[in-house]
Amino acid sequence: MRYLLLFLLLMPGFAVAAIEGYEFSSSDNERRFHSMTQELRCPTCQNQNISDSDAPLAADLRREVHRMIEAGESDQAIIDFMVLRFGDFVHYRPRLTSTTWFLWYGPYVLLALGFLAVILVSHNRRRKRRTLSPDDADAVSSADVVPDSENETGLEAHRLTPQEQQQLQKLLQQEQDK
Amino acid sequence: MRKIFLFIPLLAFLAVGVFLFRGLFMDPSKLPSALIDKPIPTFSLPSLYEPEQMLTADSLKGEVALLNVWATWCPTCLEEHGQLNKIAQEEGVTIYGLNYKDEPDKALRWLERYYDPYKLVVVDQAGSLGLDMGVYGAPETFILDRRGVIRYRHVGAVDEAVWQKLRSMMQQIEKEEV
Repeated sequence: MRYLLLFLLLMPGFAVAAIEGYEFSSSDNERRFHSMTQELRCPTCQNQNISDSDAPLAADLRREVHRMIEAGESDQAIIDFMVLRFGDFVHYRPRLTSTTWFLWYGPYVLLALGFLAVILVSHNRRRKRRTLSPDDADAVSSADVVPDSENETGLEAHRLTPQEQQQLQKLLQQEQDK
Repeated sequence: MRKIFLFIPLLAFLAVGVFLFRGLFMDPSKLPSALIDKPIPTFSLPSLYEPEQMLTADSLKGEVALLNVWATWCPTCLEEHGQLNKIAQEEGVTIYGLNYKDEPDKALRWLERYYDPYKLVVVDQAGSLGLDMGVYGAPETFILDRRGVIRYRHVGAVDEAVWQKLRSMMQQIEKEEV
């Protein structure tokens, strides 16, 4: 059992053997090969790039990329070669065309709209607060000041008009009569 | 006026919903060909029956025809083979075969056993023409017009329903060129 676990632990080491041996004339070419194969999508197994995919087609495409890099072709030439055959789909970074501009700029547009909405809403709210009576606005803006109940104006605000006084009396009377 | 703004989130939700709902019924494995309305890539590959005879893009011109990419290792190719036989025999449609990444011996035996619907069979053992045509899985069936221009690509088996569609497209192409 212990040996089996040890074996399983070492398994990932053996997987390296499956990698194709490509030789590169320079380390720069090798670096380009890895970045290109990670950027191109495998048309057969669509959610993998051609570097990760085991599909025979991906192996063909890796061979093509290797051949073109060693032949001194530019990255753009390789991408054009693939797009010409398999369409825009093959490139993980879609080109900017009339059909893909929303894909590229849509998120920024939505972000700008979001900011605009926040600004508008807060602006409206501030304006509404200002149109309230100046006393109320003061009370809101100076919330940290404890209102003084002994204050003349404070009492004034709570004082009932004679009419209201009468109404209150009436209601209390009714309550007692029951 | 302000009320209208309240409906914007609802409208945005509906728009996204429509797109996502449509997405449910799309098959992401069916890619549009990048070669539609482009001529068949130039090639020079042997014929299956006469290996010393080299076929070129010119060999496939002259008729509105189907170009069927197939291989003996592809089970779906066997599945659609009966339909291709029927199309060629009963309706007299010209079908060219592209034997893709296969062994000529096996291909010959296969055609002997299951009958041969093809007017010509191009042997693409290395898959180079397949790569130039953006083939990413057999079977694939292309419609070619008289000038050898690719007009349509179908990925997957040709069954009766698919053939109905292909036939009406071929009839359309026949008409426009006369």
